[in-house]
Amino acid sequence: MTDEMDMEEGGVVKKFMFVNRKAPYGTIYALESLEVVLISAAFEQDVSLAFVDDGVYQLMKNVNTDGIEMKSFSKTYRALEGYDIEKLYVEKESMEARGLTEDDLIVDVQVISQSEMGDLMNEQDVVLSF
Amino acid sequence: MKIGILVNEGPYQHQASDSAYMFAKAAIAKGHEIFRVFFYHDGVNNASRLTAPPTDDRNVVNRWSQLAQDHNIDMVVCIAAAQRRGMMDDNEAKRQGKDASNIAPAFRISGLGQLVEAGIQCDRLVTFGD
Repeated sequence: MTDEMDMEEGGVVKKFMFVNRKAPYGTIYALESLEVVLISAAFEQDVSLAFVDDGVYQLMKNVNTDGIEMKSFSKTYRALEGYDIEKLYVEKESMEARGLTEDDLIVDVQVISQSEMGDLMNEQDVVLSF
Repeated sequence: MKIGILVNEGPYQHQASDSAYMFAKAAIAKGHEIFRVFFYHDGVNNASRLTAPPTDDRNVVNRWSQLAQDHNIDMVVCIAAAQRRGMMDDNEAKRQGKDASNIAPAFRISGLGQLVEAGIQCDRLVTFGD
């Protein structure tokens, strides 16, 4: 998006949090959430991503989608850094309940507890939940 | 208060669109401003003028159109989500070489930037969906 568009927003910077709650495949929510996240980067907002519930599966390494004839978008999470989106939070309880550790994830994240996640959500101006 | 609304589910299948409509109506009645209603995911199907529900049922599409016209509400359908699901205005139908368009009055097709902008501009952005 253009600089002109950023100017139109009058330099307002809000805290945006995208909450990803659903498994990456099976429904389109995760993919379309990622599309909003990428667009939001053009608006120079303070963006963070939260992964909770089945949403933690979105960050799993070594995903092969050939069998379901869907394009894998795992690599897009790696590209977020290039868009200056670097605040990725994973809820500890959700990760552990699914038998995952940080080593299973495709990007560097901050693992935080459910109550810390709650506090973080409280600090946001805009929470978009997918 | 300036309010933005995000509708993430289609008509009839899910109550999200009904609840969003009633919320919008109630907010307007209380003197609030609806800055924009943004339709995303299957929510784009709320804009199809080809829906033909039984006559003794509510008409979800028509009443959105009516509300927007009565109160001058900006109703935006996400272009990326719309293209996947066969929701077209005249321009888009021509561009894609399709033989018909299907968007209802008072809806317009535009980009995801419009959702992020609503988040920046509004005092509250309220999501309706799963």
